[in-house]
Amino acid sequence: MLKQVEGSAAVAEAVALCRPEVICAYPISPQTHIVEGLGRMVSAGKLAPCEFINVESEFAAMSVAIGASAAGARSYTATASQGLLFMAEAVYNAAGLGLPIVMTVANRAIGAPINIWNDHTDALSQRDCGWIQLFAEDNQEALDLHIQAFRLAEELSLPVMVCMDGFILTHAYERVDMPSQEQVDAYLPPYEPRQVLDPADPVSIGAMVGPEAFMEVRYLAHAKQRQALELIPAWADEFRNIFGRESGGLTHTYKLEDADIVVVALGSVLGTIKDTVDEMRDQGVKIGVLGITCFRPWPSAAVRDALSRAKRVVVLEKSLAVGMGGIVSNNVSASYAGSPDLVHTVIAGLGGRSITRKSLHKVFAEAVEGRLDTLTFLDLDHAMVERVLTREREQRRSGPIAESILREIGVVAAKIG
Amino acid sequence: MTYQPIRFYQTGTFTVGNRLLPDEQRSVQANMRRTNSLNSGHRACQGCGEALGARYAIDAAMEATHRQLVAANATGCLEVFSTPYPETSWQIPWIHSLFGNAAAVATGISAAMRVKGRHDVRVVAQGGDGGTTDIGFGCLSGMFERNDDVLYICYDNGGYMNTGVQRSSATPPGARTNTTMPIGDSTGARFGQGKDVPAIAMAHEIPYVATATVAELRDLEAKVRRAMEFRGARYIHILVPCPLGWGHPSADTIRIARLAKETGLFPVFEAENGAVKHVSKIKVKLPVEQYLQPQQRFAHLFKEPQRRDIIERIQQLADRNIRRYRLLDNVERRA
Repeated sequence: MLKQVEGSAAVAEAVALCRPEVICAYPISPQTHIVEGLGRMVSAGKLAPCEFINVESEFAAMSVAIGASAAGARSYTATASQGLLFMAEAVYNAAGLGLPIVMTVANRAIGAPINIWNDHTDALSQRDCGWIQLFAEDNQEALDLHIQAFRLAEELSLPVMVCMDGFILTHAYERVDMPSQEQVDAYLPPYEPRQVLDPADPVSIGAMVGPEAFMEVRYLAHAKQRQALELIPAWADEFRNIFGRESGGLTHTYKLEDADIVVVALGSVLGTIKDTVDEMRDQGVKIGVLGITCFRPWPSAAVRDALSRAKRVVVLEKSLAVGMGGIVSNNVSASYAGSPDLVHTVIAGLGGRSITRKSLHKVFAEAVEGRLDTLTFLDLDHAMVERVLTREREQRRSGPIAESILREIGVVAAKIG
Repeated sequence: MTYQPIRFYQTGTFTVGNRLLPDEQRSVQANMRRTNSLNSGHRACQGCGEALGARYAIDAAMEATHRQLVAANATGCLEVFSTPYPETSWQIPWIHSLFGNAAAVATGISAAMRVKGRHDVRVVAQGGDGGTTDIGFGCLSGMFERNDDVLYICYDNGGYMNTGVQRSSATPPGARTNTTMPIGDSTGARFGQGKDVPAIAMAHEIPYVATATVAELRDLEAKVRRAMEFRGARYIHILVPCPLGWGHPSADTIRIARLAKETGLFPVFEAENGAVKHVSKIKVKLPVEQYLQPQQRFAHLFKEPQRRDIIERIQQLADRNIRRYRLLDNVERRA
């Protein structure tokens, strides 16, 4: 059924259609509307039997989900940013125990400086935690990926993180096609756990494992993620058969067939990139797009294949490996058969800075002309950064970093001192 | 018909003979059908108070729930010594997730059981004092506050023994640990610090809070059984001496636990809905020296020059407990 709803409401409804049994809720922007929506549905008795638990922290949210999942209940939570970091120990633990929890991450920057707006540093900080990580391009895909996530998680007995851009998607009202309960039930069978806490058949879950077997346990986690690389495209096909639309899969390609330059990105920015690419195509530039839907497991073969013709690759990412450069681009380079020098990293949109077509045009044009640096910070105010660096050189007590920057742009008491 | 109640005690002890009791009053451990929930073969130290406490507590919980029990365990000695891969001592469904989340994991299990309509399956969370009073305290308080249907059992040995004896917020003042070494002017763990978690649990007004020691195992069993009669959050705090960390012979675990109670340093009581309902009276009041002196962790107080001032401050803590919980009031005098 077509609906005009907020992204968070669409996701809440999709999660509800998946018949969750235990939902743990802790508020953090920009995720909060999702659990609020689910809470209302549970209160109204629409999800029965379902337990909605208002926990005291994100660490508790993931821990409650661990207990519930281990006891055989389909478990869900949502978080973002600082919340994801606060639960990090339990995030790793859920993966290590092999518990099929599904979690929405409404992507948001990580402080300090505290910032509630969108980028991908939260989810990418957890890239090696053992969760499957899927990135939605728009609200329809965010909705659809949740339905696929439960199926994937429960088949592999691995947790799945569905990442959607905070505010840009979570708070945007867009038209979505909401599936029916019958469609979701046809796609998602009831949860049959591989391991369960059951007095009739006692098991110990979470035993200590020493050097004699730890490597093997880790290898199995890796092997399962590699298995997901086959299941994800197969189930995206099955999804299309039942729901009648393309959603999910490992990657999305756009005008790639004859592209000399390929732009790689994750999430909602792909929309702006495609618009820019259309304009450049009109000008005769052979440019295409590779969207990464599945970031973990890393779809190495699909990326290698998609980039096989590319003469130059521009990875535009909303994340930063401080002291190194790109996170996504580092993964892309590993899957690009050409010279690593031909893979450019563009760090963009950190802390919610707008990524405009104008700026994308400029940076893509530089790539076409072979003038783009290996590492570029899109729309960075170089002069301002230089003034702050100069002051730090001249003045030992140069003050809090964020305040210095804000003074520079005249936001905080610029003329004082 | 009136009759005179008769009590039988074994000579020289306060322990009533099990065989002289009616069936329903006999201890769970004395029963051939006990579940051995924490089975033999685990790697606990000789004389481990925690292993003893856990064995009695979980077997009692198993009996009370007709064997429909699931346990969540915090990281710590109990977890490490009971599940060295690929072995496990647990004969019950058991999960270990992290150091600081046992209460929350238990909440999740309890929620899952409710959703599944398994109201007969009950949940126990357990951890040491570090996992309870320190790192797991946020999750514990959250579980209490929501009144989740979980019995949390804290095995308190007054420190981080699994990592090699460091101070926790349950370490008693004056005690030596590897992070409160009595060097120079220092006399061990400081006074005026630490958490009284049973009192904090009571402040949450949860249905049931109790303390116990491994010296009175029948009392411990009775409290676990009683706890299982309630729905909602329950808390039992068990004092479990640690021969390694406390520095006493492993044969003295029960004697030391008894001295903790008989000196008043560890008040043993039961509370319902935030109010104390019953206290275990001190039978013969003993000075705190009798508890402190057999333990190496307090040895620095007795070396010349003796720290009578510190011992006196510890005595004041015991006396405060005795007043607060009326541990000496109305003690039944026996001939």
